[in-house]
Amino acid sequence: MSTSRVAHIEDLAVSFATDAGPVRAVDGVSLDVAPGEVLAIVGESGSGKTVTAKTILGLLPETATASGAVVLSGHDGAQTDVVHVSGAELRRVRGRDVAMVFQEPSTALNPVYTVGWQIAEGLRAHGKVSAKEARRRAVEVLRTVGIPDPEQRVDHYPHQFSGGQKQRVVIAMALVLDPGLIVADEPTTALDVTVQAEILDLLRRLRDETGTAIVLITHNMGVVADLADRVAVMYQGHVVEEAPVQELFADPQAEYTRTLLGAVPRVGEGTARAEARAASRPEGWADGEPVVRAEHLTITYPGRFRRPGFTAVDDVSLTIRPGEVLGLVGESGSGKTTIARAVAGLQPVTSGSLRVLGTEMRGARGRALAGMRPRLGFVFQDPATSFNPLLTIAECVAEPLVVHGRAASPAAARGRVDELLEAVQLPRSYGDRYPHELSGGQRQRASLARGLALDPELLVADEPTSALDVSVQARVLELFADLQAELGFACLFVSHDLAVVDLLADRIAVLYRGRLVESGTGAEVLGSPSEDYTRRLLASLPVPDPAEQARRRVSLATA
Amino acid sequence: MTAPETQGAPPPVPAAPEHLQGRGAWFKRLPVVHQVRQSVGLQRGMLVTGLVLCAVFVVTAVGARWIAPYGWSQLRTPEGAFGAQQPPSAEHWFGTTVGGYDVLSRVVWGAQTALLVVIVAVTASIVVGVLLGLVSGYFGGWADRVLVLVADAVYAFPSLLLAILLAIVISGGQSSMWGGVLAAALSITVVFVPQYFRVVRAEVVRIKGEAFVDAARVLGTPHRRIMTRHVLRNSVRTLPLIVTLNASEGILTLAGLGFLGFGIEPTAAAEWGYDLQRAVADVTSGIWWTALFPGLAIVLAAMGMTLVGESLNDLADPRLRVRSRSRKVAGAVAATSVDAGSDADAGTTGPSKEES
Repeated sequence: MSTSRVAHIEDLAVSFATDAGPVRAVDGVSLDVAPGEVLAIVGESGSGKTVTAKTILGLLPETATASGAVVLSGHDGAQTDVVHVSGAELRRVRGRDVAMVFQEPSTALNPVYTVGWQIAEGLRAHGKVSAKEARRRAVEVLRTVGIPDPEQRVDHYPHQFSGGQKQRVVIAMALVLDPGLIVADEPTTALDVTVQAEILDLLRRLRDETGTAIVLITHNMGVVADLADRVAVMYQGHVVEEAPVQELFADPQAEYTRTLLGAVPRVGEGTARAEARAASRPEGWADGEPVVRAEHLTITYPGRFRRPGFTAVDDVSLTIRPGEVLGLVGESGSGKTTIARAVAGLQPVTSGSLRVLGTEMRGARGRALAGMRPRLGFVFQDPATSFNPLLTIAECVAEPLVVHGRAASPAAARGRVDELLEAVQLPRSYGDRYPHELSGGQRQRASLARGLALDPELLVADEPTSALDVSVQARVLELFADLQAELGFACLFVSHDLAVVDLLADRIAVLYRGRLVESGTGAEVLGSPSEDYTRRLLASLPVPDPAEQARRRVSLATA
Repeated sequence: MTAPETQGAPPPVPAAPEHLQGRGAWFKRLPVVHQVRQSVGLQRGMLVTGLVLCAVFVVTAVGARWIAPYGWSQLRTPEGAFGAQQPPSAEHWFGTTVGGYDVLSRVVWGAQTALLVVIVAVTASIVVGVLLGLVSGYFGGWADRVLVLVADAVYAFPSLLLAILLAIVISGGQSSMWGGVLAAALSITVVFVPQYFRVVRAEVVRIKGEAFVDAARVLGTPHRRIMTRHVLRNSVRTLPLIVTLNASEGILTLAGLGFLGFGIEPTAAAEWGYDLQRAVADVTSGIWWTALFPGLAIVLAAMGMTLVGESLNDLADPRLRVRSRSRKVAGAVAATSVDAGSDADAGTTGPSKEES
């Protein structure tokens, strides 16, 4: 075994004990990580990429059984087979030879200790250090990860940091013992695009400065193109392809890799379609009565204990005309979901005016909304929770028909339900299944069927594909576009992903901290953004092409 | 791999209830039988022990009139009086009490009283607690705050003290069997209602925020329909567990009331707590049988229900459930991914294994 690799995985297999007997999550995986290399493991959920990463740290749960070998090499040349060592030996290796960066920085930090204490905890676990020395090291590592004023910030608690800073602290904790390998499990998935760009920059800089190897687990091909040197594509527990990053993107060998890359939405793809649609609109279409008209719309959440309320949406004016798709884009906390909920009557309007399908939503209660409700459909973000788990899919889809008296019972509505299921390309027999028996993509199709059950004039879709894998997302979006073209409903499409919005929307509105910063057609907003924020948003979005991404990175750094 | 093939694939979600899959004999899908089959090792031992104890308790209670050799307040047979404090013999297997009753008969009839009290108490507290919890949690507002405050206040009282108070208020010196049973049951009810109220209310508040309730609201579904169809059925899933745990607590409260003299008169019905209290003086004079058997009955009945409750509780939680695991890496790779070429999304992506 050569010493030129920090980790060597050979023929790794992991199975989990479940109620239905053992299930194999990883099967025959062999990988090598060289010092100072960034190896990206990509794949959709359930492909075994996280299990593989957790095995490197020996973090598998009780129910797992592993075979094969995961050999880690330390700085001193000591080699440890993580799969077969004792708990005590494993604890010595963790932190010293290998460390982990978690997905969700807000839960990876203990809220009752200062970040300095938590960083020093790793030092204390590996030998005696004086409090002064530990603090000095903590300050030093915080400076390395780019936290300003580390001397003061070291005594702050996690809630005093922003999401991106918290992720920097988590990275600092991983770095403090100077491990040869860092395993980063979806390190940027929970972060906004602009913050993601900064964290990716940091990881690249750390790799260059400290020579740490990084195993990057992600499903985002843009992130892979931005950071990785080498890529391993996992599918159903196997590595289907392993190649240097340029080679993989330029000439993917495996069928699955090609599908995966083809499914990634790219900014600019939808512009032509939107223009074609705009051209086919009849004369005078723009002068018709809009289905949604918001004027100086403001929504505040009341504060508690005499503290001022929080203004989630601030003086937003927008319109959606019949048959038009408006894409609402923004980062978390920008108020996009609040607007969607207000349009659906789930969130009271504080001031300004919001007219939906001719009904004024401000101050409207139960009865006043009754006329507009059947004309509006809603598709929720998480298909897993938007269905009552105790009802079958057919009963869930029939619910709008029963509530609005179009059918006497779910059984009587079955004919229409079958039609709807076929419209969203689900087999009729799926109506008898329960929501948990469907995959995420299938559930979101069913959700679409429910939203369209009453043939609405307006559909509100709140991040309908953000919980789905890329390949599934591509087909749901395609279905969505087809149905929209066929049925001609107007749509408010909310997403944080510019590329997704670009695929579907006729016009795009960009929100930033509750304010509408820019709106216009896709070509206008994405092609020649006039606002600084939109430009930053576009520039931060990593494109799934390593060469192109490297160019963008340079221009972003110089800009 | 095509879509139809994966329909026969193993249940996707680890916690996928087997009873929805429609395979195996019907009795395997019954609630408790399913759990027994699911459990292994110590958990199965606990569950089976608890079930056996509960079964013995229920059979004794229902069949008391055939099992018990004498009536609960019988002092003599045509041949003559039993006599007080007689040691166990062929006529009186468990001996007789200081009052001259047959201990075995009192223990057997006592099971009937205990079962009645537990059934009435638990049913009443479920009905009241669930209704209050549902309405209070769903609508919120000031009524909700007041109810929570009252529930907290009831919690703050020692439960036995509250039960004593209510026993006095309700029975007011009654001595009939049903009067005593109802008084005991309702005083236990008052102690339990806040528990059901809090549990159901907490679940309702959680469910109310779920996306599927929002989905119903967007449709303009009336409140009553949302409450019954979407919220209620999703928020009472944990109740069976609380019921089994409360049943054992009910038996203990009943025995405590009887021991303190607020229970049922010995002539109206047999009651273990009362017998135990009458036996206190006997223990010092070496008469063990009068205290041992009622005491044992209380312990075994309460333990049986606790064991069932605890093990059902553990089995319901996938994180606490023990599964048989093999030494070797086994099993097939689950179809967790989407088939690239197929039209529908084949396979399943439940909460995947690595997240557990």
